[in-house]
Amino acid sequence: MAFSQAARDWYHRELAGIRDAGLFKEERFIHSLQDADIEVEFPSGAKPASVINLCANNYLGLSSHPEVIAAAHEGLRHRGYGMSSVRFICGTQDIHRELERKLTAFLGTEDTLLFPSCMDANAGVFEAVLNEQDVMIADRLVHASIVDGMRLCKAMQDTYKHADMGHLEEKLVEHQDKRFRLIITDGVFSMDGDLAPLDEIVALAEKHNAMVFVDDSHASGYIGKTGRGTHEHFGVLGRIDIITTTLGKALGGASGGCVSGRAELVEMCRQRARPYLFSNTVAPVIVSGALKVLELISASTERRDKLEANTVYWRKLLTDAGFDIKKGSSSIVPVMLYNAKLAQDVARDLFAEGIYVVGFFFPVVAKGQARIRTQLSAAHEKHHLDRAIAAFIKVGTKYDILGKNKAEIIAKYGT
Amino acid sequence: MDEMEQTVLAYVAKEYLEEDDDRELTVDTPLISGGIVDSFSMVSLKRFLEKKYQIQIPDADASAEAFDTVTSICTVVRRFRPN
Repeated sequence: MAFSQAARDWYHRELAGIRDAGLFKEERFIHSLQDADIEVEFPSGAKPASVINLCANNYLGLSSHPEVIAAAHEGLRHRGYGMSSVRFICGTQDIHRELERKLTAFLGTEDTLLFPSCMDANAGVFEAVLNEQDVMIADRLVHASIVDGMRLCKAMQDTYKHADMGHLEEKLVEHQDKRFRLIITDGVFSMDGDLAPLDEIVALAEKHNAMVFVDDSHASGYIGKTGRGTHEHFGVLGRIDIITTTLGKALGGASGGCVSGRAELVEMCRQRARPYLFSNTVAPVIVSGALKVLELISASTERRDKLEANTVYWRKLLTDAGFDIKKGSSSIVPVMLYNAKLAQDVARDLFAEGIYVVGFFFPVVAKGQARIRTQLSAAHEKHHLDRAIAAFIKVGTKYDILGKNKAEIIAKYGT
Repeated sequence: MDEMEQTVLAYVAKEYLEEDDDRELTVDTPLISGGIVDSFSMVSLKRFLEKKYQIQIPDADASAEAFDTVTSICTVVRRFRPN
């Protein structure tokens, strides 16, 4: 037997170690459509509970929108279920080209290439456009998929302190001997919900002859006046060289991602990016749904405006109640608890109160920075947020954290 | 603390601590296991050492364990430094 008892024992010990460290992840089974109100079976085998979802990336509330579902049905009917091929053999339909053109127009770029996911886009893009003559200079809090993509690329790696423009400039000066410099950042950082200062980053890039890469997965569809993303918010549309983003969050939430940007860089990805070359692309049913999503959000800013209003309201409710939240303007609103066990206990108690949130702690965030990440949606109505804050206040009172600042919470619970 | 330890400690503080970070660093502060330096941003430290001390540190010797404290980092540097 190839999978020997010794091997099995080793994996058992490894998994037990993950459990003992409190890092074991368990799935929760949703028995309904993805929406503001969902039915969740947790723990496994329990009767599904009706809860308010405050932890989805369903920013625009389009995951289960009737028009998106109808468009997906039409796509299924007219273009089928699967392609059974990678793009460059016989896996590209007219609707893939149409979606890429629509994404290009929406993001304000020169060209776009679909990937099976944004994880794949980030895994493939750096290796496709850079080599050992170049340097990648990344914000230290970029998403894990970017870190993985950088590791696959032969260019030199460097990092700068989170959103620290002075440190970034030092690095740009240090690496002037390289052929190309690529600054790499998230648009909206997924754990803190803050925005990368793209106006300053672009100015530094232009001053020191560098290209700019932005992963706008947590921004596309709702950040900026018309929801085009962080580059729109900071007035630098057309000045970002590479944008990667996902169809798996605000833009319908199914799956799929893309590389969008300078025509030559996108073409290099079409020729060389391995996740594009060696796997099927986004299925026709998802392409059809995504086309409808772009049509809806290009026709009206109503959904992103509602999300913005919900975000302002929720931030005010939490602040007035005395919670310590990360300041910002995105629809990711972290409630800071600092202690990992406290974050897990509060999340569990909130679930019992009908509010679905998740605690995040090391290694997902830095040590001593444990939190509950709440995320708003245009699918939320005022009554959802009013019910949620009542539960937050009840649980916050139980743990005596309301009105307490960072030092006071740490003094009580440790880090 | 010798001169090399002082140099490395100063670099680590400047490169990795945020301005509002009031943690005090010593030569024995756990850097990687303590969450101050992560494996992703460790590359600049390795490059700094190689440039400053004119050495090449093989990746296998720049492990998270070997780079966990300023003391252990200096041990690695001395090992690859020409006598």
